[in-house]
Amino acid sequence: MSINTEKNSYTIIFAVVMVLVVGSMLAFTASSLRSKIDENKRMEKQQNILYAMGVNGNESTGDITFVGTNEVADVFSKYIKKQLVIENGIAKEDEKAYLIDIKKEQTKAKNGGTRRLPLFVGEKDGETFYIAPIRGKGLWDAIWGFVSLDKDMVVRGTFFDHAGETPGLGANIKQRYFMDDFYGERLLTDAGVFKGISVAKGNNDPKNEIKDDYEVDALAGATITGDGVSAMIKNDLKLYLPYFKTLK
Amino acid sequence: MGLLSKKDVKLITDPLADNNPITIQVLGICSALAITAELKASLVMGIAVLFVLGIGNVVISLMRNIIPSKIRIIVQLIVVAALVIIVDQVLKAFAFELSKTLSVFIGLIITNCIIMGRFEAFALANGPWKSFLDGIGNALGYAVILVIVGFFRELLGSGTLFGIPVLGDAIEKTGVYSIGYENNGFMLMPPMALIVVGLIIWIQRSRNQDLIED
Repeated sequence: MSINTEKNSYTIIFAVVMVLVVGSMLAFTASSLRSKIDENKRMEKQQNILYAMGVNGNESTGDITFVGTNEVADVFSKYIKKQLVIENGIAKEDEKAYLIDIKKEQTKAKNGGTRRLPLFVGEKDGETFYIAPIRGKGLWDAIWGFVSLDKDMVVRGTFFDHAGETPGLGANIKQRYFMDDFYGERLLTDAGVFKGISVAKGNNDPKNEIKDDYEVDALAGATITGDGVSAMIKNDLKLYLPYFKTLK
Repeated sequence: MGLLSKKDVKLITDPLADNNPITIQVLGICSALAITAELKASLVMGIAVLFVLGIGNVVISLMRNIIPSKIRIIVQLIVVAALVIIVDQVLKAFAFELSKTLSVFIGLIITNCIIMGRFEAFALANGPWKSFLDGIGNALGYAVILVIVGFFRELLGSGTLFGIPVLGDAIEKTGVYSIGYENNGFMLMPPMALIVVGLIIWIQRSRNQDLIED
């Protein structure tokens, strides 16, 4: 090769060209795939909401199985009877409630704005489920989920997910055995005060048979992720308390 | 002779044992301790690195004569980051389930020093075919150690392999748990990955004295 790669001018030109080429490659990939990715995310959200209310392909044991992507839109409109947006204590129906970005709403609340709270009302086998999205911080990145409640704020199902928790440790919040532990746990005391559910170490109830202790068994090696789950349940679900009081 | 000459074969087999990236060159330690609490994650990471290092080495090797030496590290970093992000985007669009499994590994792949190490030490000085083989060999050597560490950590830490219980049920006290065996939660902690890697290094060097530095 006859190019003198040591010259400063060459280095600068190379850097500029490289940045332009790589930048446009990335921009092209991102924009040409955007619609497909967005659709995948929308379907994922619907699958997660349905999963939390118990509409899924789960066997009695084994892994998490969602409703198939080919039918999720139909199943979603069949089981989800109402989509509500609660703002300033007033609940309004909104068919696009599932598209609300919780992260943006949290930032809005932090900056002094009013937060819109989406709530999905589902019906299955004659039972009504109220499914609320929650979002918080894990050890490395965001964690989020959907909690399905009955009208007394007793948990009827959960779904948790994460952006970058450690595989084998914090990432296990995505495992079925962890989510299943929440089933039947209560959020309110007998007096109707909001207490939340803690992911607790050493609660001496690994089979999770005690359902009124406001605790589920923690994951080994995932203290901070577990604390994040407790915190997002407490902080986000608490906001729905006024609405649940109106159901009584 | 076929497709691979003797030298080519050595490029693949050397990193598996006597020139292993983790136990001999001590590269890629951070990802080795981060994701080896489970066998499945170890395997996925191994495959992902195989893919990125194989292709990345070829790209860098093709560009080796035009990369200005002053900014070569930055160029290497851009190549690997762009490669990983494009693969991630394509997976998100066409294989969404798979992309969710891989999402946590994206950052770990980009910052994996085995990748930078091989670009710098091999691909910048050798042709594309040789670089490709070197990439495959080193990624396999990396994957082998990850799988060994993942195997012991998951087995002793959680009593499972690939998420399937193999020692009985720890809560119901069946299998070996019925005679008082307990899972060692410490195995799930990152320091144990380093201790297991240390044990592998010890065994390897005691079997092959040539590997011991003065």
